Amino acid sequence: MKNSGYFSQFGGAFIPEILVPTFDELESAYLTARDDPDFWQEYLDIMSTYSCRATPITRLDNLTEQLGGANIYVKREDLNHTGAHKANNVMGQGLLTKRMGKKRVIAETGAGQHGVATATMAAKFGFDCTIYMGATDVARQRPNVFWMEQMGATVVAVTEGSQTLKDAINEAFRDWVTNMDDTHYVLGTACGPHPFPEMVSWFQSIIGTEAREQMLNRTGKLPKRVYACVGGGSNAMGIFSGFMDDKEVELVGVEAGGRGKGMGEHAARLAYDDATIGVAQGYKTYFLQNTDGQMQETHSVSAGLDYVGVSPILSHLHETKRVRFEAANDKDVVEAMQRTVRNEGLIPALESSHAFAQAYLEAPTLTSDDDILINMSGRADKDIFTVADAVDDPKWRDFIIDKAEAYRQEMNND
Amino acid sequence: MTRTPTKLEESIRQALTQKDILLMTHIVLGYPSFDDSLRVVEDMVEAGVDLMELQIPFSEPMADGPVILRANAGALDKGATVDQSFEMAERITKEFDIPFLFMTYYNILFSRGVGTFVEQCEQIGIQGCIVPDLPPAEGQEYLEAMQKAKMSPVHIFTPNTPEPRMQELNEKSAGFIYSVARKGVTGKDTAFSTELADYLAVCKANTDLPLAVGFGVKSREDVEFLRGKADIAVVGSETIRVMETDGVKAVKPFIQSLVA
Repeated sequence: MKNSGYFSQFGGAFIPEILVPTFDELESAYLTARDDPDFWQEYLDIMSTYSCRATPITRLDNLTEQLGGANIYVKREDLNHTGAHKANNVMGQGLLTKRMGKKRVIAETGAGQHGVATATMAAKFGFDCTIYMGATDVARQRPNVFWMEQMGATVVAVTEGSQTLKDAINEAFRDWVTNMDDTHYVLGTACGPHPFPEMVSWFQSIIGTEAREQMLNRTGKLPKRVYACVGGGSNAMGIFSGFMDDKEVELVGVEAGGRGKGMGEHAARLAYDDATIGVAQGYKTYFLQNTDGQMQETHSVSAGLDYVGVSPILSHLHETKRVRFEAANDKDVVEAMQRTVRNEGLIPALESSHAFAQAYLEAPTLTSDDDILINMSGRADKDIFTVADAVDDPKWRDFIIDKAEAYRQEMNND
Repeated sequence: MTRTPTKLEESIRQALTQKDILLMTHIVLGYPSFDDSLRVVEDMVEAGVDLMELQIPFSEPMADGPVILRANAGALDKGATVDQSFEMAERITKEFDIPFLFMTYYNILFSRGVGTFVEQCEQIGIQGCIVPDLPPAEGQEYLEAMQKAKMSPVHIFTPNTPEPRMQELNEKSAGFIYSVARKGVTGKDTAFSTELADYLAVCKANTDLPLAVGFGVKSREDVEFLRGKADIAVVGSETIRVMETDGVKAVKPFIQSLVA
């Protein structure tokens, strides 16, 4: 490959020999597209006609008043088609897949958002599509599996390892080492071997580019702080990239604090001290692993942040201190979500609610001269099963019990 | 290019004066247990195996198929550590007089410190390493440490590898070249065809090292097919599958059936 793909000591391409020519081809297609203004224009066109770009900025009037500090603005990535920023990445990679002349796409998915987004893209572009999803996630995210299958994707339940996101990534790679000739692997986040971290960040940079301009138009100045949740790191890279060169803007990445510090209790690779530098899934970054280098279990109320590694670019920005990393715990996250729903009528995904939780904590320490911006990476109403469990709603439980009973009677009558 | 043969290459060349194809097998250390690992090695050596890959289990074995994947997970579930793998490997190299290599993923080396890992390998009599997720471009520290310890870094040729890349990999390797018979992961079926024969001829033409062939080799017919086209037949997943289906005791007759 032309570029080593390192961000200080993080990144690289630790790939099996069989994939070396495939990565060469991908890197070359990516670099060509990057140099081609027509490609980006085609991307902008499709994002404005198929998804809802440019997504707006919303001021949280009620919570700004209640919290009594900074003016709180939200970048509305929830308004993308399929309800999350994932659409930006998959449409970009879809265009690249077309350019490479490939006919099939595969993807990993944790909670299912990236799987659904990839399935929509495949349906639109006419690609065959296989989605790898941990068996545990398949069991708890049926609505997303339902939509992927409706769109014609094959969903493979991965029963290996911890049966979650990282195992789905391994399985997607196993497919790819067999079918690379006609297949592109649409990796869902700014992780994995080069050029994925850089390429996915490039597609997601559409968020930050829009947000910077919108804030300037709206408030006449740049925000003091920008908050984004960090799982793999793609929505954070997306919004941060718009403000990277504005040194006066503080960038805050919020990881899954889960039940608190201690291995197995959270998925905070950078905010806590439990992760160490390692190499897995094709790249070097901070991983939640033991001293032998074996990956450990993670926990978060939000499946989308529950991952052992983190974007190598964010590890780099952590070390250079350009981005400050914090962790929000499960309880505060659910509260932040409920607070946003009740006071603003916005429904942030549990993932995005990590960014809201941290912003609400810090807003009162700032003044009304300050603006802060939260990236609302996705919406939660499509995750109603998970969210209803997280807020522990008894009426929802009764509804599901009644529904199940009705199905049972229907089956008995057949 | 002229190179000084490593101990591993010399042993292989020596063995090739006696037979025209050698057999290399693969086990995952600590699966189903470390005691079983030792017993299986003993049976394999008695059955006439010429060299062996000992895999140190890793939680994310990206290049392995279902059989070896489960073996990795099984060993880790029972608490297998890298230290235990080193202890077992030391016992094995002391007790048996064939060359042994480590196969594992890069994070195992990286976590221990690449230099330390290689030094420890040398101390316990391991002769080479196969690290499938470490292309030479990322492996400078590893390659230097291996060279210093006079050990053999084994690299992989694949049906997708262009010839200039094969030559590059050959230059960075020692001991032998491991060519995979097809795309995909370990433990799936391979078509032993004219196409494979042509590919192996290309591999041969691009290395001055002995050539091993693995992925999908599981019967006497497969080994016969490779005779004259390669120097070493690698039987990996199939021995583990035999052990899982018919027990540890079935491994020896299975290996004997391959070489008889």
